[in-house]
Amino acid sequence: MSTDFDVAAPGIGLPEGDEAGVQVGLWRRAYDNVRTGNLGILPIVIGLAFIVVFFSFKATNFFTADNFNNIIVQMAGLTMLAFGVVFVLLLGEIDLSIGYLSGIAALTVAEFQLPGSGHAYPGLVAILIAVGVCTLIGGAQGSVVALVGVPSFVVTLAGLLIWQGVILQVLEIKGVIVIQDAWINDTANYFFTSRNGWIISSVVTGLYALGTAASLIAKRRAGVATGNLWIIAAKVAGVALATFGTVAISNHASVPNGLPLAGVLVVIFLIVLTYLAKRTPFGRHVYAVGGNAEAARRAGINVARIRIIVFMISGAMAGVGGVLLAARLNSVDLNVGGGTLLLDAISAAVIGGTSLFGGRGEVRSALIGALVIATVSNGLNTAGYKTGTIYIVTGVILLLAVTLDTVARRLQVRSGR
Amino acid sequence: MTDTPTLELRGITKSFGSVQALADVDFEVRAGEVMALVGDNGAGKSTLVKVVAGIHAPDSGEILFEGKPVHVSSPKEASRLGIEVVYQDLALCDNLDVVQNMFLGREERDWLWRLKEPAMEQRTAETLRGLSVTTIRSIRQPVASLSGGQRQSVAVAKAVLWNSKLVILDEPTAALGVAQTRQVLELVKRLGEQGLAVVLISHNLHDVFEVATRITVLRLGRDVGVYEREKTNQQEIVQAITAGIPTKVAGIPEAAPELAT
Repeated sequence: MSTDFDVAAPGIGLPEGDEAGVQVGLWRRAYDNVRTGNLGILPIVIGLAFIVVFFSFKATNFFTADNFNNIIVQMAGLTMLAFGVVFVLLLGEIDLSIGYLSGIAALTVAEFQLPGSGHAYPGLVAILIAVGVCTLIGGAQGSVVALVGVPSFVVTLAGLLIWQGVILQVLEIKGVIVIQDAWINDTANYFFTSRNGWIISSVVTGLYALGTAASLIAKRRAGVATGNLWIIAAKVAGVALATFGTVAISNHASVPNGLPLAGVLVVIFLIVLTYLAKRTPFGRHVYAVGGNAEAARRAGINVARIRIIVFMISGAMAGVGGVLLAARLNSVDLNVGGGTLLLDAISAAVIGGTSLFGGRGEVRSALIGALVIATVSNGLNTAGYKTGTIYIVTGVILLLAVTLDTVARRLQVRSGR
Repeated sequence: MTDTPTLELRGITKSFGSVQALADVDFEVRAGEVMALVGDNGAGKSTLVKVVAGIHAPDSGEILFEGKPVHVSSPKEASRLGIEVVYQDLALCDNLDVVQNMFLGREERDWLWRLKEPAMEQRTAETLRGLSVTTIRSIRQPVASLSGGQRQSVAVAKAVLWNSKLVILDEPTAALGVAQTRQVLELVKRLGEQGLAVVLISHNLHDVFEVATRITVLRLGRDVGVYEREKTNQQEIVQAITAGIPTKVAGIPEAAPELAT
């Protein structure tokens, strides 16, 4: 049993006073994080930088503004699915149905915009119907998991088969449905003008800085520890660099010039879902149920309700991703929602650092993981490698990421009690 | 000590099928005292706690809370009355930090559904300081990185945070080492000194004699008696646990038979 903490520390939670104290706190926190298996995004960011540098030398067309925009649009749909996967993984559950569920969304959105079909609605309405259908399906699957107690693996595996079957039944007759509605297609094919791009990046950075400042002031007022000011400043600078940098590169692209709307949608969902996960009681309860369901139940949390809502989120995000994927192709065919989409989405969440065992992970890990997968696949493609190589490399990266997570978890178990 | 007990049980009976877990049990605990509840395995301690915590409904008998008869129908109802139970297998989430665990299920939030983190952190720090729990370096570290004694302290502080009037501790030192046990026992004493009614369930008579003001002994689902710590000794308690008091337990001869050992 460790007793190394049993030294009286003056002033629990009080703002740390001198510079030396802050520095020590910083190192101790980093040490604590590694010790408890909380490695954060550092390994994967380093890995991503390595991948980018590697392909920049390997393929001539890789490190270009055009390809940058390309990757953003390519990964948008996948990222949306992976956002949902993060929530499911946080509970320690799995959702195998999201691949074909996104296909159902694509099919629905295509069907409800089809001119002359008798049920043609405006693009936005069609999108809402598609996402709504997927949310309901997710909720139904989640209810079987949470209320009946069937393992989520089985329920969603059945979902995978069922929704694939539905897609085949419908499209075997219809073949291909072309999407003509501009609203739907724009979700993946609209690019902001240079000026609007700058406005968007300014707004995002400004909001982040304001939010950070407001939380700092609230903490000061309550007299609780604020954390290291340098790290906070560095985070704000990082967000500014990322947003303005993205817009700068996107504005340089020639073929589709400007910031892609798909990328902005990804950022909007990133912000909203991160808020949900980290700032609301609901998100806190998701982490609690994933960490220790029994403790959560004793604390008065309605565990079944949390599970059902999480599967609804997973379904909804599969729906959003499905719409984006369909919009990118301007059509829906028999292959919709298939291929490696499901496994890529789960891999993205896991590569980004979300634990398969529940209770540990961040929404942003989906974005980072999807970025890795999209970059590797794009880079290998650009360098002229075949599909087989892409699968192998993605598999190796996935294995590395999960190994890292498992080792980190073992550290955590050892450090607890 | 006040005249009205914080919690009073009268003639509680509870059966599970043909097994009678509690038979006509009387029990009381007053504000400011640590009442130990001891007994052998299967004596009915856990069942009694579950009745008070609202997990089991008694078949018959009365529960009085601060002199008023109450029906504790659910754990939520129990905490609404001011009854908190700290279970043996700590009900903490390892992946959450101290503040998050303390407020789990009862988070404060503003109109944006946003957690009031600073306010919760402040109250956590105050509560821990009030209980003189000073060994936790940062209340923003995950519970997984705490020692056993610290985790138990957090679990106890969590029970105290909600202005509870009665705290029931189920074997709080069972899994702890010597130094950690001392830490938790000090905390239990302090709870009593702060005017709470405390029920301590323990197998360890040494612990019990260190902190309890009174001791209730259960045996085979019946209460054998209540002993003042000052006026009893471990031997008497051990005898009450193993043999009971002949006059109170029906069906047992006047003198407990000597065991040939």
